[in-house]
Amino acid sequence: MKLGFLVDLNLCMGCKGCEVACKVENEVPLSSWRLRVKYVDIGTFPDTSRSFTPLRCNHCEEAPCERICPVSALHYLDSGIVNIDNSRCIGCAGCMMACPYGAIYMDPETNTADKCTYCAHRVESGMVPACVVVCPVQANVFGDIDDETSHISQYIMEHQGSVQVRKPEKHTSPKHFYVGGGNQTLNPLAQQRLEGYNLFNNITHLKHIGDPHESVIDRFLEPFRSEEELDNRSFMDFDNKVEESYEEEGGH
Amino acid sequence: MENTLHATQAIVTLDVALPGIIWGWMITLNMWAKSVGTGVILVGAFLLYRHKKEEMPNLRWLMPLISFIFLNIFLLFTLADLHHPYRMVNIFLHPHWTSAITVGAWMATLFTGLVTILAAIGFFDAHPDIRRHGACAKAAREHSALYEKLFPFVVFLAVPVTLYTAIIMAEASARELWQAPAEVMQMMWAALLAGSAGLIFISNNWSRESRNDLALVLAVSTFFSFMMYMGEYFFSFKSAEAEATLAYVHSGGAYNSEFWFAMVLGFVIPFFLALGNRKSDNKTLLRFAAVLALVGLYMAKDVWLKIPQMLNLS
Repeated sequence: MKLGFLVDLNLCMGCKGCEVACKVENEVPLSSWRLRVKYVDIGTFPDTSRSFTPLRCNHCEEAPCERICPVSALHYLDSGIVNIDNSRCIGCAGCMMACPYGAIYMDPETNTADKCTYCAHRVESGMVPACVVVCPVQANVFGDIDDETSHISQYIMEHQGSVQVRKPEKHTSPKHFYVGGGNQTLNPLAQQRLEGYNLFNNITHLKHIGDPHESVIDRFLEPFRSEEELDNRSFMDFDNKVEESYEEEGGH
Repeated sequence: MENTLHATQAIVTLDVALPGIIWGWMITLNMWAKSVGTGVILVGAFLLYRHKKEEMPNLRWLMPLISFIFLNIFLLFTLADLHHPYRMVNIFLHPHWTSAITVGAWMATLFTGLVTILAAIGFFDAHPDIRRHGACAKAAREHSALYEKLFPFVVFLAVPVTLYTAIIMAEASARELWQAPAEVMQMMWAALLAGSAGLIFISNNWSRESRNDLALVLAVSTFFSFMMYMGEYFFSFKSAEAEATLAYVHSGGAYNSEFWFAMVLGFVIPFFLALGNRKSDNKTLLRFAAVLALVGLYMAKDVWLKIPQMLNLS
């Protein structure tokens, strides 16, 4: 059994339902994402088009994150899912440096690496990942790619010739496929991230690595202090200057 | 023509923030300190091969002591950079041997242990009046011959301990700038540079010939380090990702100034100072060259560590 994922970009309409469902299902903290939908605009006015690309862990067969993890916190499940054991992770960020897809983040609440696990906990119970359930246009196809009769295998057969993976040159054998993608949607080097062109957020300056309330010394003192519950509210800055950022971002 | 080109451009209009620099100054300091820690052993071994011990009277105890200090700085910042420092023990309890981090941690621990023994024996042998009746000092003096027996193993181990960081960087598949062959050579030259620079500070009472050899190692290592970086700077155009990464050090790039400061301050000036010193034997100038080389090496490592992390991966 080898679980795989396919996204038909011709169907995706960028509603971000999958992104929200993933956040809720996996309690992903603010400023972190296991799954995100990127908007890319192509062309010049009036001949422009907008494409939407959901990006998540590729669950590679030759996963660089699994290879570099010094303590096997990242490991393969029998189903081919690249899973992560947070209780073992030492937080060295080696996996973040190794993943060619930028799919791993440092959870600011647990101070450990985390990523999409294809909702392994749901799969174990016979359910499909949350992002698949919520997709209104069934752009997400999930299943066993070793099984010729599975929906995903048949989908790949029907669309052979236009099925792509991201960065095949990295030899990671991703198990996450795209239909209807192109160089401009799947290759980050073919895209520009220009200041002033972004719709809602400052895409280059937001820092989200590590817990902003934790210094290096705090990491050493953590086992000796009383337990302080951290949740999403702990990371919300209520004193931020809303008006200033409102002006900076052009009033969106 | 201009309009046609624009039509092919793709612009990201909505996305999450870029993660930014994940391995920052602590990893730079970690690599820099390790270069000094292993470098003094490698260069010290070269000097002991070329010259009599009497020409370098303090080398036997100061070489392992410098190594011990810098290896501990390296280990401290390795630990401090972890988000869960106490879980470092998992590397020993649950080792994953395909990871260069695991292999390196085991080798560096063994290496530091051996260097600690050398430092203790060397120090108490050189200072017979210190802790004359202390148990540790007594044991160290009684096992003085162990120093010479262990030293070849320490020199042998210094090579993989120097190089394993290059393999970690090569295992970071996301960063195409870090290619194993180039990184391995850069790490080796960095160790020889840092080692010779470190030993220059204790070479005041050495023979002129041994100091000349130190200057030669510094000159050769700065020259080849500079050549390696220049090769990468000008000729890494075969890979689109490496080329995009190097845009951060090319003209107008965010790290352009730091890169050239590192090249000139750390490699070019010390090269000429060290080369000139072989004729003049000016100790002050040689120490100045050593300081510049160490500062420049830190800056060069800092740039090379950070620029691949600036690139968007997805």
